[in-house]
Amino acid sequence: MSTPVPRLALAGIGKAYPSVVANADIDLAVMPGEVHALLGENGAGKSTLMKIVYGVVQPDAGEIRWEGEPTVIATPADARRLGIGMVFQHFSLFETLTVAENVAIGLDEHASPRALAPRIVAVSHRYGLDVDPARPVYSLSVGERQRVEIVRALLGRPKLLILDEPTSVLTPQAAEALFVVLRQLSEEGVSILYISHKLEEIRALAARATVLRGGRVVATVDPRAESPAALARHMIGRELPPPVARAPHPVGPVRLAAAGLTLEPETPHGTRLEDVSFELRAGEILGIAGVSGNGQSELLAAISGERQAPSPAMLLLDGEPAGALGAGARRKHGLAYVPERRLGHATVPEMSLAENTLLTAHRRGLVQGGLVRRDAARQRAAETMKAFDVRAGGVNAAAESLSGGNLQKFVVGREVALAPKVLVVAQPTWGVDVGATAFIRAELVRLRDAGAAVLVVSEDLDELLEVSDRIAVLYRGRLTPPVDAAAHDAESIGLLMGGAHASA
Amino acid sequence: MDFLVAIVVATVAAGTPLALAALGELVAEKSGVLNLGVEGMMLAGAVAGFAAAATTGNLWLGVACGVVAGIALSFVFAVAVVTLQANQVATGLALAIFGGGLSAFAGQPFVSRSIDGIRAAPLPLLGEIPVLGPLAFSFDPLVYVSLALFGAVAWFLWRTRAGLVLRAVGESPEVAHEVGYPVARIRYAATLFGGAMAGLAGAYLSLAYTPLWVEGLTAGRGWIALALVVFATWRPARVLAGAYLFGGVTVLQFHAQGFGVEVPSQLLSALPYIATIGVLVIISRDAAMVRLNAPASLGKPFHAGD
Repeated sequence: MSTPVPRLALAGIGKAYPSVVANADIDLAVMPGEVHALLGENGAGKSTLMKIVYGVVQPDAGEIRWEGEPTVIATPADARRLGIGMVFQHFSLFETLTVAENVAIGLDEHASPRALAPRIVAVSHRYGLDVDPARPVYSLSVGERQRVEIVRALLGRPKLLILDEPTSVLTPQAAEALFVVLRQLSEEGVSILYISHKLEEIRALAARATVLRGGRVVATVDPRAESPAALARHMIGRELPPPVARAPHPVGPVRLAAAGLTLEPETPHGTRLEDVSFELRAGEILGIAGVSGNGQSELLAAISGERQAPSPAMLLLDGEPAGALGAGARRKHGLAYVPERRLGHATVPEMSLAENTLLTAHRRGLVQGGLVRRDAARQRAAETMKAFDVRAGGVNAAAESLSGGNLQKFVVGREVALAPKVLVVAQPTWGVDVGATAFIRAELVRLRDAGAAVLVVSEDLDELLEVSDRIAVLYRGRLTPPVDAAAHDAESIGLLMGGAHASA
Repeated sequence: MDFLVAIVVATVAAGTPLALAALGELVAEKSGVLNLGVEGMMLAGAVAGFAAAATTGNLWLGVACGVVAGIALSFVFAVAVVTLQANQVATGLALAIFGGGLSAFAGQPFVSRSIDGIRAAPLPLLGEIPVLGPLAFSFDPLVYVSLALFGAVAWFLWRTRAGLVLRAVGESPEVAHEVGYPVARIRYAATLFGGAMAGLAGAYLSLAYTPLWVEGLTAGRGWIALALVVFATWRPARVLAGAYLFGGVTVLQFHAQGFGVEVPSQLLSALPYIATIGVLVIISRDAAMVRLNAPASLGKPFHAGD
């Protein structure tokens, strides 16, 4: 059946940037019809390698062979001509254009959106990727957008399809549906390069995995023959940190409550919050699960005070109506907030860590007589950095100079250091490496044990199951009643995330 | 009946320069380029058109020269903001002032010259249809050209692949580049089209609307055209309606002045500007509509590369 010539073979690929070696001496071969996983931590060089294969970045060293022939892939158009399709992690779609227009614009052949519509429908039926060509992209959920990306890649009739962390935005059920499509493609002879750091997924899908660490290949294995622990060892170079220990803990009074919170979206792409109610008590962690775009940003804005509720009584802080208060007033009442976007929302990118500390801690004696006490701010920043193991060039380093994981540790540390009564955290470990992830989760649990009320909004179900006492699901702007986290697994909560009705 | 025809013709004539300039700016902005120099390009087009027509006696050569002058200025702008990535707002303001000064200087010898301008005339046959004929077919030729251009631009932007690509570039130049489109070249083309339309609008003012040249002939119409694009939420039909509204109020206030209404004439002259902005603000208060139609990358320079 399959020829012994690999469809794609990389030999000795290297790529160095001024400050970092992204790839060094990488060998990789993908056979026709093979699902090949590329496994590694953030910063291991996976994305750079895929950009080299797709012609976005040129390698400094090494050779690419396509079906046995040495090839130079100078541009993405070259890659598509060879038959390489790519589904990016961040979608390359135009929000205000329709699905058909987006597909038309991304194909090299010149076809009109109207002529493409039936072909889009045909492909989507064949693979069970349900998309409506006439809908504008902004009205689609993240999962639907990904289907558009995949359909677009498939219309180019690829021989090799690259997917970069495709399930990071999907519910478990949507991920399962994606795997069905990928298996079908593989049976039709399409090679698949599947990038991920989720071990279970790779074991379910791939027969071979290449593991990258620090820009080098550390192992090429059959993931089904290896235990998850062994795969993780390859990936991070040491033992996987144990999950956070979380003892049952008595809860105190209600610190934060929403009562029938209803809020119109601010943007046409937004979601309307409908009658959202919950109670968050001292000494517990409430997890809000759901695929983003279901009202998460609206809910966070309403809780943090960036937007006001239509009626003050829709949001209660320590039993007091707080819906009309601004963000500063709510912080004065003991609320702390870690937004999803680290740069530009949680921190000012150009400002130093000391100055960024000042932004939320200025009430804690860092300002005297209207003047900033710079030494005190620096000292406070230094303490945060020490306590949270933030690696940066000192307190005067600009926020934008930190890596994602270090900046996240800094932001969480800054808010935890305020000793808040209520901490609201969005996507606490998004894009953070395994070590920092374990550390941040442990800190959240420690804060809860110290009696704070913690609200965690996350797309990562495993994370919520690990840290939360109770979990509610936000779906299309409505919040389900919270369920006991210990009594549920990813499967049952995943069903709620996709809109199945709560039963029991 | 004759009076009504005169009002309709005058309204359309007063609205046409605004409509042309705004249509050009709409295309430029849809590609993500904000060119605030419309007023300057209109003045350049007006003076170039008038000078050419007054010197050679050929009105259509004048129109062509106006278009070329608009293109020339917008080319300077495109080099600055697309190639050299200068700030679009600052560069556009500079272009507006530069165009004003340049036109005043170049137009010096032509002040107080008069020419026989482009005239409105009923079309043969069609113009003879009772009632409808005089109302719909008695404009000057450039009005028909402007209407055809509106139809063509609307068709181009929403029905052709090239128009789709242009809108995509304005929406997200990063993604357009990733998919493999020449962002800079598309933005150049759109900017030059904007310049050509502004030049044509200027030439219309100095050759058809008021066939003469004085300094500052456009009287702020370039700025109104800019506002018109935004408040019309980047949609050609609304741009055209807004321009004719401006024209209608202009004509009305002329008649009001003629009838000796007891209002200072400066205030009456300001009326078309106030009325146009007022009405447009009201129709465009739907924020969702604005966000859906506004080019997301408007005014932002794009730098290709990794």
